[in-house]
Amino acid sequence: MTEEKQSATITIINPQGLHMRPAYLFAETASRFSSRIEVVKDDMRIDGKSVLSILTLGATQGTQVAVEAFGPDAQAAVAQLVQLVTSGFPDESGKTEAEASHF
Amino acid sequence: MKFCNFVKSESIKVDLDATSKEGVIRELVNALISSGMLTAEQEEPIVQAIMKREELGSTGIGRGIAVPHTKHASVSQPVGTVGISRGGVDFQSLDGEKVQLFFLLISPPDRPGDHLRALENISKQLQDDTFCRFLKQSKTANDVRQILEEADNNQFVS
Repeated sequence: MTEEKQSATITIINPQGLHMRPAYLFAETASRFSSRIEVVKDDMRIDGKSVLSILTLGATQGTQVAVEAFGPDAQAAVAQLVQLVTSGFPDESGKTEAEASHF
Repeated sequence: MKFCNFVKSESIKVDLDATSKEGVIRELVNALISSGMLTAEQEEPIVQAIMKREELGSTGIGRGIAVPHTKHASVSQPVGTVGISRGGVDFQSLDGEKVQLFFLLISPPDRPGDHLRALENISKQLQDDTFCRFLKQSKTANDVRQILEEADNNQFVS
């Protein structure tokens, strides 16, 4: 069976960057898929399902990262992760991070 | 951002007494007050801000580690400390395990890059099992200080 690969390059738009809460939301979303998910920034390639690994990117606003998924649901995974990042990581109350920036 | 840039060794607590989430956070904030990194007036608002952040989702990231934190306008640079609980504390962690190792961090809201660089350093080091094991085994604040210093000198992560 050939492994499906899907990738997209996205820019972190939320003012606070990929701090812990967005990192957690990203890892949680990524973990819903069976595909292996990796995030690439410059020469770093990390496990997109691990909060700690995402934090090691230190990705500030404006940083470009590539999201790569390998597996049967790669396409859906990348689509959903791109949606999450480009929406600026809204929290449960629907507020964007800019409105709740003190976290 | 290296540990020495935001952790003052006088604030490190190796034998936390508290057994609850709020208790541990308060004990660590008080350690920062005793070491002169925060003032007594900052205790309540900062403890409440960190607890409010915990309500959004526990900062207990698993493997016995938690990184309680907040952004607070009353600090002008990232302020952090390290705490160790021998018995472990229920922190509603992602993996359900009790937490022994705490990295508490308070950052100014207007410097998100500094906050990210502090988190980046903490998370990089925490990925190293030896670093975590040494910290959990530390008997004194001085042991912790030495491990942080070695981490700052890249002795754990290549």
